[in-house]
Amino acid sequence: MVVSSVVTLLALGFCASLVLAVASRLLYVKEDPRIAELAEMLPGANCGGCGYAGCEAYAVAVLNDADVSPSLCVAGGREVSDAVAALSGKAAGSAEPNIAFRRCERLEGNVAPRYVYRGIGTCAAAAAVDNGPFQCSWSCLGLGDCEKACPFGALHMIGTLAVVDPETCTGCGVCVRTCPRQVLELIPKKGRVRIHCATRAKMKAVKDVCGVGCISCARCVKKCPAKALSLDSGRLELDHEACLAYGPSCGEVCTQECPRKILRAY
Amino acid sequence: MNYAALFVSAIFVNNIVLAQYLGQCPYVGCSKEKGVAFGMGTAVVFVIFMATGITWLFQTYVLNPFNLGYLQTIAFILVIAALVQFVEMFLKKVIPPLYRSLGIFLPLITTNCAVLGVAVLVQRKEYDLITSLLYALFTSLGFLLALMLMSGIRERLETVRAPRAMRGTPTALIMAGIMSLAFLAFKGMIE
Repeated sequence: MVVSSVVTLLALGFCASLVLAVASRLLYVKEDPRIAELAEMLPGANCGGCGYAGCEAYAVAVLNDADVSPSLCVAGGREVSDAVAALSGKAAGSAEPNIAFRRCERLEGNVAPRYVYRGIGTCAAAAAVDNGPFQCSWSCLGLGDCEKACPFGALHMIGTLAVVDPETCTGCGVCVRTCPRQVLELIPKKGRVRIHCATRAKMKAVKDVCGVGCISCARCVKKCPAKALSLDSGRLELDHEACLAYGPSCGEVCTQECPRKILRAY
Repeated sequence: MNYAALFVSAIFVNNIVLAQYLGQCPYVGCSKEKGVAFGMGTAVVFVIFMATGITWLFQTYVLNPFNLGYLQTIAFILVIAALVQFVEMFLKKVIPPLYRSLGIFLPLITTNCAVLGVAVLVQRKEYDLITSLLYALFTSLGFLLALMLMSGIRERLETVRAPRAMRGTPTALIMAGIMSLAFLAFKGMIE
């Protein structure tokens, strides 16, 4: 009985392995070996900053599609985009390093709470309750959805505001997509001027609740020599490319003109 | 036993997870999101159906003629593992979209007890091939049902403020017990 069972199982195992060996030859799927190599090179955080589902999906796309740029990986920066370009045989573009920036100074502006929020501890939930617990309905909610979402640990809640660590932030944009208030924004790392308010509210409504909110006076828009500033349905927007292209003196006028000092030079 | 009775029996009365307590691992492990649960469920349906068919043939034409019935368990494991490996390769080559949706789940359930359990149960019940395949299909659909119910409830429970120690798996285990009790109500309806 021992012999027969050992022999039977050996024979069975042999048959099974033979079938699998033949099958692995016949059903072999040719995969581009560069895909694995490329996936290895990418940061592997699957942050989605490139616009694909993950690092592997981007690796497949960049090798198979001639129109996909090798410099989409914002998290990897220059080094990775050069390596990807070399491997995929495409011209290296320059991945302009971006950084996330919080357009809110709720603490500095002394924005008062409207009610005490005691619900689910996420910004998304708090934002859904009557426009959030603050007088300003455009402010940072301070419950840290972005901190939890950041795949690189570059965001921290200090006090009740999200603070971006410029050293570790890779500009992947996960936090920007997570924030229910669009308080976070991606800007070029070398941008000269940053807007410290994200409100779309009207002048009086802002002045009543916040000491440093944008009151849409549009002085900066009119004075900007590069025409880089604009009011987009009540919210101040800065075209960083136009601002940087203008020259080194750009960033002086608007920061001086702003009566609320929400435009600050860096 | 007619097929309609088999259908009700395999899915509700003798549900493989909630009444026979097989396949608990994917039931708790893969029920956090509905999408994942559906992928796992369909992979289980697929594997149980194929594994039962091949082990039935194996039992009838190899083990029984040579009086090797005592090797059933270990031989079935071997056959099922080889089958799943083969199916995985086959899908990758011939039906890539199906491979992408089932791919990661297939190796996970190769030696799952629900898969082996159904293969052994149809032998104990001495079903013929057609009845075995139908039993396998219905039972695995019962598994899919249990998994989808569980993942639906767990998705809703995500937003509930449970005590920290009870979040995740502990709650899932309690719910598995309650669901099992609920399915106990079907007992005696049909054998």
